[in-house]
Amino acid sequence: MTVAQLNDPSPNDRGFIGKFVQWFSTTLGQIIVSILVPAGLFLVLWQGYTFLQKANAPQIVQVIIAIVWGVGGVALLYVVTNWLVMKLPKKMSKVLQPFVFVGPAVAIMGWYLAIPVVRSLVASFKNYLGTEWIGLANYKFAFTDPRMLETFRNNLLWLIFGTAFSVGLGLLIATLADRSRAEVVYKSIIFTPMAISFVGAGVIWKFIYTYKGTGVGIQEIGLLNAIVIAFGGTPQPWLNLPPWNNFFLIVIMIWLQTGYAMVILSSAIKGVPAELLEAARIDGANEIKAFFSVVVPYIQGTLLTVTTTIVIFSLKTFDIVRVMTGGNNGTNVIANEFYLQSFTYTDAGKASAIAIVLLLLVTPVIINNVRQFNKSRRGF
Amino acid sequence: MAKKSQKTSKKSASFWTNFILIVICVIWLVPILGILVTSFRQSEDIFTTGWWQVFPHKENVEVERIVLPESVNLDQPFEILGKTATFDEFRNGITLDDGRIISWYGNKRTRTAIVSENRWVGFDTNLTLKNYKDVIGGKTISYKNAQGQTITRTGNNLGGAFLNSLAVTIPGTIIPILIAAFAAFGFAWLEFPGRNLVFTIIVALLVVPLQIALVPILKDYVKLGLNGTFLGIWLAHAGFGLPLATYLLFNYIGTIPRELLESAYIDGASNFTIFTKLILPLSVPALASFAIFQFLWLWNDYLVALVFLGEKNQTVTIAVARLVGEKGQDWHLMTSAAFVSMILPLIVFLGLQRYFVRGMMAGSVKG
Repeated sequence: MTVAQLNDPSPNDRGFIGKFVQWFSTTLGQIIVSILVPAGLFLVLWQGYTFLQKANAPQIVQVIIAIVWGVGGVALLYVVTNWLVMKLPKKMSKVLQPFVFVGPAVAIMGWYLAIPVVRSLVASFKNYLGTEWIGLANYKFAFTDPRMLETFRNNLLWLIFGTAFSVGLGLLIATLADRSRAEVVYKSIIFTPMAISFVGAGVIWKFIYTYKGTGVGIQEIGLLNAIVIAFGGTPQPWLNLPPWNNFFLIVIMIWLQTGYAMVILSSAIKGVPAELLEAARIDGANEIKAFFSVVVPYIQGTLLTVTTTIVIFSLKTFDIVRVMTGGNNGTNVIANEFYLQSFTYTDAGKASAIAIVLLLLVTPVIINNVRQFNKSRRGF
Repeated sequence: MAKKSQKTSKKSASFWTNFILIVICVIWLVPILGILVTSFRQSEDIFTTGWWQVFPHKENVEVERIVLPESVNLDQPFEILGKTATFDEFRNGITLDDGRIISWYGNKRTRTAIVSENRWVGFDTNLTLKNYKDVIGGKTISYKNAQGQTITRTGNNLGGAFLNSLAVTIPGTIIPILIAAFAAFGFAWLEFPGRNLVFTIIVALLVVPLQIALVPILKDYVKLGLNGTFLGIWLAHAGFGLPLATYLLFNYIGTIPRELLESAYIDGASNFTIFTKLILPLSVPALASFAIFQFLWLWNDYLVALVFLGEKNQTVTIAVARLVGEKGQDWHLMTSAAFVSMILPLIVFLGLQRYFVRGMMAGSVKG
């Protein structure tokens, strides 16, 4: 800002070019240029890319080319656009340059997230092909159909039990590990499932729940059934037992998410001043009382953030259900019903309505995030 | 980080603290151990015995078979090794005084009883790498099922899927980081109309469920011919990852001291030079945190890959999920496939855990 301000408009800015500059200085012009130039280059890169893709190279060569092409292309995009903008008269380039920086990000987020909100909203009032307006029929389905009611019930189970156990266990482990010498080891172990995909976790737990049926000489190979037999019970097809199968799926989420809650809560617990705890102990509080009267109030902000994140996660749960049961046997969830409606039944209207329902469910969090941000950024 | 002395004294943790932690850790690890062990076992063994039986344990081992002569009437109580009982009692198993167990082999007509002894069995060493070879390769494979029959199937070409995952993940991580770094710099240090409003919208987009975008974007992709291409999925992942990336990097870049930038401007540096020579190198820790985050998220992603890539250019998650759907009982293939899919994220994760945690803390607003 300092350098550009020193330069007065140069003489050749007047006349035709002056008008041109004026037009360009309008926000509309800025946006058009900042999108058109990268878009043009993008088109060229894209053509080259598809050309290469058609070439019949071995997979590994294709993959390497794809990586170089993709990463190099984007870097090139910025260099070229910036170079173009710098070629323009000083005043113009000063106005345009911020758009070189933020333009691509804003354009992509607009295309992939912001505009789709509106498009899905529009589609949710149309029929399955998007050809006719059908009013609120899709929402009537979304809020009253027994299929949807089942998904609401299940998501509620995920939300309550998944969140409560993830946060509760996370807090317990964080607190206990803080007092142990082997803290790092314990925490690493609990944290490890975070690196595993939900699909991978699905396989892991499907193997635990596997059931072979009853009969002479059949040995159960699933761990859960083996344990049940060892205690004298009869093996069960765990994933086919509504409504309990939901809980067996929720266990997987707890296994995956506790590590997340633990790590964040652990660092918050370490921030609790030792003097506060000491004071409580001197006042005669035992460890448990000190925990609830000092530690919990101190970390409640973090506790809230962690809970919110896991709540959102539980609302959007999809992969686990998809891989484990496909949503059958009373385990369907909202995100899986969305998937079924959009890709199995190809009903864009119902799918969009379900997506909007998901959006509505996270809206309080969105509002809160924006409020927090604006508060922390007074004078931004 | 230096621990406070007071806390260190508390580290003399009670027996119960460690006990509870160890129990929880064992519960956490056993599922992974189960599939790790299983992935190295012979297919027949997997179908017939639990994976925990590779560890030393006591087991009833068959010591001899007794074929009863035709003269014995099985419909009445009869005698084996000095024990008299009915057929049904023998079938349910009878324990002799010396600890040996008599049970029946198959149905009545076999006329065969099995005598077994409860003995210690050591580690099962009948392990194999064949499962991995089969699941990684794309050729025809054959293996034995529970009844010992040979089954022939086409392989799953997980090796190819692994390459595809790399092709999705590497640019899918670098591209949004690059774009987000530019944008974060723009939002933090450059002035332009609408800056406040646009950034507030980005904050709002942090937790928007990506389901909202799948149907409209897929429509665009079909029109543009982007469906099933790497470019399409890179852009999709960039779109879904950008709000968090921009937000995190904005927070980081915003804390770079103003004087540093101003002196660079006075030296006549352009915004672009400042960004590439000053901001990018200074932001490496934040970039690394987000990179690990995004890498794990992309490698483990299933939904976005399923929608935009599908069966064409399938990634490892799709390959594994297909395996579960199509061959739901082939545990030797599923477990080894799951392990192949886990290996890279586990290495990245355990190696760079510290950066990951840092990124997670900063981004705990995202859904």
